[in-house]
Amino acid sequence: MTTSRDEILNQLRSQSVPKTELPDLSAPELTQQWISYEDPTEQFANMLTSVGGVCARIKNVEEVNQKLAEIPAYQASKKICSQITNCGQSNVEISNITDPHDFEDIDFAILPGEFAVAENGAVWITNDGGPARTLYFLSQHVALLVPAAEVVNNMHAAYERLSFETPRFGTFMSGPSKTADIEQSLVIGAHGARSLTVFLVEEPF
Amino acid sequence: MPAHPKLAAAFIKDKDRAHWHDQSLWFVRSKRDKAVNQLPEWELLREQASKIKSYVVSHLPDLLEEFEKNAKAKGVHVHWARNATEHNEIVHGILKQHEVTRVVKSKSMLTEECHLNPYLERHGIEIVDTDLGEWIVQLQDKPPSHIVMPAIHIKKEEIGELFHEKLGTEKGATDPQYLTEAARQHLRQKFVGAEAGITGVNFAIAETGGFVVCTNEGNADLGTSLNKLHIACMGIEKLIPRANDLSVFLRLLARSATGQPITTYSSHFHGPAPGAELHIVLLDNGRSEISGSDEFRRSLNCIRCAACMNTCPVYRRSGGYSYNNTVPGPIGSILGPAKDAKEHASLPFACSLCGSCTDVCPVKIDLHHQLLTWRKEIRVRGLLPYSKRLSMKLMSWMMQAPSLYRFAGKCARSIVPHLPRFLLYNRFNAWGKQRELPDFPKQSFREWMKKNHDDK
Repeated sequence: MTTSRDEILNQLRSQSVPKTELPDLSAPELTQQWISYEDPTEQFANMLTSVGGVCARIKNVEEVNQKLAEIPAYQASKKICSQITNCGQSNVEISNITDPHDFEDIDFAILPGEFAVAENGAVWITNDGGPARTLYFLSQHVALLVPAAEVVNNMHAAYERLSFETPRFGTFMSGPSKTADIEQSLVIGAHGARSLTVFLVEEPF
Repeated sequence: MPAHPKLAAAFIKDKDRAHWHDQSLWFVRSKRDKAVNQLPEWELLREQASKIKSYVVSHLPDLLEEFEKNAKAKGVHVHWARNATEHNEIVHGILKQHEVTRVVKSKSMLTEECHLNPYLERHGIEIVDTDLGEWIVQLQDKPPSHIVMPAIHIKKEEIGELFHEKLGTEKGATDPQYLTEAARQHLRQKFVGAEAGITGVNFAIAETGGFVVCTNEGNADLGTSLNKLHIACMGIEKLIPRANDLSVFLRLLARSATGQPITTYSSHFHGPAPGAELHIVLLDNGRSEISGSDEFRRSLNCIRCAACMNTCPVYRRSGGYSYNNTVPGPIGSILGPAKDAKEHASLPFACSLCGSCTDVCPVKIDLHHQLLTWRKEIRVRGLLPYSKRLSMKLMSWMMQAPSLYRFAGKCARSIVPHLPRFLLYNRFNAWGKQRELPDFPKQSFREWMKKNHDDK
């Protein structure tokens, strides 16, 4: 019995399609053309602002704590979750939670980001498969801590850093959740985070 | 099935609405231009994207096998569907096996193409579209009118009324912020209560066996991170060879679609989370046939950004529903007839051949050329309506007889200007529906030449 799989593949193979070449994306004549910025950090901050986020350059975790305390949404938060040691007044212990639904009422989450992209204000985040993945999307407000040195110019530089050999989840997050589905009016806070603050932190954390 | 001109006529009856629709889409097109102009390498990116996609179409069977192998190695279940029926049966089968009755779905034109929602509903499964625009049209029991902004044709007053009726929001409320908040609250319950999440796929990577889903609302991520079953549905043309190719496509997609530098969330799924299941359904549904056509193969390059519809003067003024196809606009007018030429015979004519779609397409599909080719194809297959066939036949007969042509021209010039309007502008003259005939000259060019040149 032929399966749908075989039938689709056979049908495709029965077509005569002229073979074309795949471009070499690492060729210098291309890579030299990709945009780069005099000050990638400033570009990142500007792009993040333009997509509704907030960027702050910070010395260390202590300063992050000070900054957090100034954010009205943080002040008003009842349940806070932090994945960064000594950062934020976390009152929900992530390691105790096995069902992501238990994060449903989290008001503020403080989470790590791996690196930032200057051209589009995105931060690359990953998750090892634990229930904490949902925190990036389910929490009312999100703050990301990213090492200040880890700002790349563009998406080409971003993918040079990424490998997908092992199963895991990763996403580029650029600003808070948004929609313009009602008459093209931009509304921040569609389903995901209502606000996104990115702290670019100079000292290791 | 009513043809495009008929459906478009119904849309433009409301002039104010047609104008508003036109302006809304032009606003999106302008945002696209602004974003594109910030990247000096834009044309270079388009070229790379086009080359990568051409490679994909010319190596599709090998890439599909490579993708399947790598996805399986990461613990993904891979399914193959020849058509919509098989696709729906597979999805239902997986849900049934897990005894799932509540599903959330992020935006996927492929599941619209397959009419998955009514199929699952018939089998007692609640399926909720979670993209705000798509949810609005789902509440109206209508399909999307645009592939990126499904509710672009609906006014906020109508959404306010709809939400008042379905969600109990305040009567007369029209504030988008208020209405979006109401949707957020309502859909949160759906996300939390869902037992499975269905998503589309923007790009699937052969080399890694993973795939990428892009949203602005975060609905795909909420729908898949809270439960243990994720089903991703994709057309076989959504493949790209290498993860690195995403650097090209993610730079092009959102800028072309809405003028954003990137979507808010561009999520990369590689294998299921521990204890969860991840299924991918690969759908053909006519795509393999298109890959064999030299004329139309490049339509498989499409990454569904909708830039071609936002810029199209016909789409903007006639609305998505006038196309009567899951994908409307220029690209839909190519894909529609490829699926069923008879059903969609009028679509390639819903085009002024201005070429704006071709200019903005991030993967360089020669859209207006393909539309022209489709017109020929529609004629060759004998699918032109009688009125067009007859007038073209008459025209061709007259053009081939110079004396007859001259005589007809002479008659027209002397008689037409004196005819009463009802004889000129009536149902037999489709051209004159919204247009005035030009003033007829006293003499033809030939006569003018004879008088002013040859005789001197």
